[in-house]
Amino acid sequence: MADPKTPLAVQMTGIVKEFARCRANDGAGLSVAKGEVHALVGENGAGKSTLMKILYGLYTPDGGDIRVGGAPVRFAGPEDAIAAGVGMVHQHFMLVPTLTVAENVVLAREPSSLGGLVFDKARAEAEVEALSKKFGLALDPKALVGDLSVGEQQRLEILKVLYRGAEILILDEPTAVLTPQETKAFFQILSGLRAQGKTVILITHKLQEVLAISHTVTVMRLGKTVGSVATAKTSEAELAQMMVGRPVLFQVERTLKDPAVIAKSPAVLELRGVTVRSSRGHDALKDVSFTVRAGEIFGVAGVEGNGQTELIELLTGLRTPGAGTMTLVGKEVDFAAASAADMFRRGVAHVPEDRHRRGLVLDYAVSENVVLGRHREPEFASTWTIDFSSVRAFAERMIKDYDIRPADPSAHAKALSGGNQQKVVVAREMSRGPKLLVASQPTRGVDVGAIELIHKKIIAARDAGAAVVLVSAELSEILSLSDTIGVLYRGAFSGILSVQRATEETIGVLMAGGKA
Amino acid sequence: MSGQWRKLGVQAGASVAAVAAAFAIGAVLMLLIGVNPGLVYARLFEGVVLNPYGVAQIFFKSTPLIFTGLAVALGFQAGLFNIGAEGQMLVGAFCAALAGFGLSMPAFLHVPVCLAAAFLGGMIWAAIPGALKIKTGAHEVITTIMMNFIAMALTSYFVVSRFHEPETVHTAAVAVTARLPRLEAFSSFFHGSPANATFFVALLACGVVSWLLWKMPLGYELRALGLSPAAAETAGIPVDRRALLAFAISGGLAGLAGTSFVLGYKHYFEDGFSAGAGFLGIAVALLGQNSPLGVVIAAFLFGGLSHGSLVINALVPKEIIEVLQALVIILVVVANQVSKRWAR
Repeated sequence: MADPKTPLAVQMTGIVKEFARCRANDGAGLSVAKGEVHALVGENGAGKSTLMKILYGLYTPDGGDIRVGGAPVRFAGPEDAIAAGVGMVHQHFMLVPTLTVAENVVLAREPSSLGGLVFDKARAEAEVEALSKKFGLALDPKALVGDLSVGEQQRLEILKVLYRGAEILILDEPTAVLTPQETKAFFQILSGLRAQGKTVILITHKLQEVLAISHTVTVMRLGKTVGSVATAKTSEAELAQMMVGRPVLFQVERTLKDPAVIAKSPAVLELRGVTVRSSRGHDALKDVSFTVRAGEIFGVAGVEGNGQTELIELLTGLRTPGAGTMTLVGKEVDFAAASAADMFRRGVAHVPEDRHRRGLVLDYAVSENVVLGRHREPEFASTWTIDFSSVRAFAERMIKDYDIRPADPSAHAKALSGGNQQKVVVAREMSRGPKLLVASQPTRGVDVGAIELIHKKIIAARDAGAAVVLVSAELSEILSLSDTIGVLYRGAFSGILSVQRATEETIGVLMAGGKA
Repeated sequence: MSGQWRKLGVQAGASVAAVAAAFAIGAVLMLLIGVNPGLVYARLFEGVVLNPYGVAQIFFKSTPLIFTGLAVALGFQAGLFNIGAEGQMLVGAFCAALAGFGLSMPAFLHVPVCLAAAFLGGMIWAAIPGALKIKTGAHEVITTIMMNFIAMALTSYFVVSRFHEPETVHTAAVAVTARLPRLEAFSSFFHGSPANATFFVALLACGVVSWLLWKMPLGYELRALGLSPAAAETAGIPVDRRALLAFAISGGLAGLAGTSFVLGYKHYFEDGFSAGAGFLGIAVALLGQNSPLGVVIAAFLFGGLSHGSLVINALVPKEIIEVLQALVIILVVVANQVSKRWAR
């Protein structure tokens, strides 16, 4: 709780925001003391982002009271919020890659001469350099944004907000795209901001980070504020219970397998010397070889954008390699004829990274989504008709097995929460009894309760004898599920090791391209 | 099911609101040029809806619009913008005429053969932009529009200098065995109207398309393709082949649009017979919210309006009807966007 003696930077009370189908904020409140790092946590769909978008002026609340620095405010748009000293760094960066750092920072507020006719680039660069020194955000003002690393781009986004004079910074899931090392550097930046008297509100779902860097935590659930606690006085388990409303298992139970035993089971997937070109034209995978055996979970760790997407697309028939061979259950894949349909027939199931775009037809009902790809199987259809009653019966079974809510087969997929959407995808893919399960970011943006269930199902697939390739940006997920871990760095494995030998530190070093 | 019905209600509401708003704006325009809109609308209603001949004309005028509207709607459902219904209709009608006067066989065969020829003609004409799209990525809006011009010029050339009857710009008449009867042959209600049995072929096509889209696995795939091409691809649906098939069926339906004229009314292909039914099909599909039943209702409205332009000509320039039609289209596009925001 904020100390009553220190002035409040932000005070939001009784915030209500209704959308056509749901009440995203239902009397939510937030009190942030000046100069603190305040974490805002909650499951997906709890209303954190809505609350922050209201504070940043992107949404107008239907009810409630907002005070910034003690004064009541009504923001008609982000411009008003910026004028009041509130800035926001979005999860997805909004930068112009062909402009320099300085040009991006000053965009829309360019220093100029000749009464606004000429852009004063030198002054922009000097101002940006001074600002980045002051806050310890090391960046070359003349560098092209397209050449920056993800961590540098994030620093640039923060710099942009500071340039606009923000006193209160809202950061939306800032560490989602960072390596463990970059995350450490980011924490440094946060303490630098605090030292300069800035107030930071951090939207996150990583409870360990919350404990490491925040002073106060506010937990939201179902649009309401559950409570605020001083970070020093709480624990991961307590926060998780506040978020979900019940105790949560963090580590799914599984039996560790001896690498020697795994080595004896038959190979399901073998890649040899595979090179894949990315959509942007460079080699996204370079001479990659690995084997995944029946009953083995092969975890692929690495910072996003190091070839994971291309690897997944290769395994699921959405992309063909430039060189190399791929063997599935003893048969070499003929890439000239390969397609998603072909891989599907060979027993490859796919939980895609982007479930909205690739995993689901959002405007289809749950029942229609749960048979997507299986809709021509004799159980569900003949050439001329789909047997909707058997589709519905199947959907009802899946809804029960996977605890999908609402338990209504005719609900549209887009009306479901992220976690329930993902359960639909996982239910469908598992129901096919796959030989190879390819799961990419299976629990991204998914609530804690659903994570538990999805992890159990992945382990169950392994124990049923499937080979699993698991790609995840969450190191803890990789470590708690995998039997073997491969770390991708710039399109190649910087290391492949058994989970018994892996620690967060060794993987972190490999993720940055080092040697284990 | 509730989500489905809700969506249906929102869509129907958007279309009805668009039509009502178009008539209201039309009334304002009439006032501005000093015409009493009450009188015009009363005459329109009386001449089209209350008059048996007017009703018969709705049947006649809506027949080609049902086909072209259905063609565009099926394309939209699969995520394709088939703006080429006009050209597909011309090619189809020309093929029907060729089969009609060029072949000789008993009626129970001849009529289906001519319909098949029309379908095939439109199908081939649509398959070209379809193949260009899936092979090269060329956008179908551009290619189908251009294919319209080619079809117009080509059929015009053939009918004026190759297959024309002397002194005319139309082909020879199709054989008696290839003709579809007028509805007045069955009921005196239709006396004097060129409304003909092609109307029932159009309704049959609506039924078939409904079945295809909502009962068959193929329709499930086409709609998935329209709603989310990436999800369809990921699920192993051969998206390129399905897109080409959707083009072909869409073009075939548009190809049938001219048969009302060729097999049921004048019995020949005539240069410039279409009066833009292919383009109006886009409007019909939009207003009908891409559903076969909606297409029939929208085609009735547009067919009625186009007959109505003759009814009200004495009171107000008949171009006001074109203004109304254009307003309906603009407003339905607006209403669809607005209602989508509400439904979210």
